[in-house]
Amino acid sequence: MGPITATHYIGLSAILFAIGAVGVGIKRNPIVIFMCIELMLNAANLALVAMGKHLGSISGQMMAIFVMAVAAAEVAIGLGIIVSIFRSRETIDIDEVNLLKL
Amino acid sequence: MQGNSIGFWILAALCVLAAVQVVANRNPVRSALALVGVMCCLSVFYFAQGAEFVGAVQLIVYAGAIMVLFLFVIMLLNLGAPTPMMDRVGLSKPVALLASSALLGCLAFAGALKMAPGRAVKAPLPGTVQEIGYALFDPGRPWLFAFELTSVLLLVGVVGAVVLAQRRSD
Repeated sequence: MGPITATHYIGLSAILFAIGAVGVGIKRNPIVIFMCIELMLNAANLALVAMGKHLGSISGQMMAIFVMAVAAAEVAIGLGIIVSIFRSRETIDIDEVNLLKL
Repeated sequence: MQGNSIGFWILAALCVLAAVQVVANRNPVRSALALVGVMCCLSVFYFAQGAEFVGAVQLIVYAGAIMVLFLFVIMLLNLGAPTPMMDRVGLSKPVALLASSALLGCLAFAGALKMAPGRAVKAPLPGTVQEIGYALFDPGRPWLFAFELTSVLLLVGVVGAVVLAQRRSD
C-alpha cells in the first residue's frame, strides 16, 4: 500500500458513481432515485477536488462548490414536484406516474 | 504517510459500504441515513486533500440541510417502514447492473490509465475560505459570472418550490 494519489480518489469516485447509477436504474421510489442522483453528484465532486489537487489548481474546488449549489436547487425543486405528485395521485411509484409517457 | 493511507482505505471501505446500503436497503429512511454516512466520509476526504472549505460546506449543506429535507419529505409522505416499495422486477435489474458495470469499467479506465501527469506542487493546495474567496471574486477568472448565475438559479429554485407547494384553488 503506497501513498494515496489522485488515482485512488478517482477510482473511489468511479465506484460511487456506478453504485448511484445502479440505484437510478433499479429503484421505483423517486425519493431513493433522488438520493442516488445525489450520490452520483458527490462522486463527481470527489473527482473534481482530487483532480484539482493533482493539477495544482483551485478550479476543481470552485467547480465542486457550484455543483453543490446546483444540487441544492435541484433537491428543492425535485422534492416539491414529488410532494405535488403525491398530493394529486396519492402515490409516487415511478411506474404509476406515467402522465408524460407517450 | 502510512497512517494516512490506512485511514484512506478504512474510510473508502466504509464509504462504499454505505453507498451500497443506500441502493440495497428497502427502507428509504435507512437509505437516507446511509447517504449521510457517505457524505461524512467524503467530507473527511476533502479535508484530507486540503479542501477545507469544500469539506465544511459538504457537512453543512449536504449532511445538514439536504438530507434533513429528504428525511422531512419521507416522513411527510409517510413512506417509511410500513409499506416499503419493491424494486423493479424483470429485466431492468440485470440491465442496470450490466450498464453500470460497463460504466465503472470506462470510468476506471479513463481515471487510472489516461491520467494526465500531475504538476509538481510545491506547497499544499490551499482550500481555505480566503483562497476560495479570492478566486471566486477575481474579475479575471470565470467564477464571478458563474457566481451571479448561481444566485439567479437559487432565486428561480425558491420561486419554483413555492409555486409547486401552494395548493390549487380549484
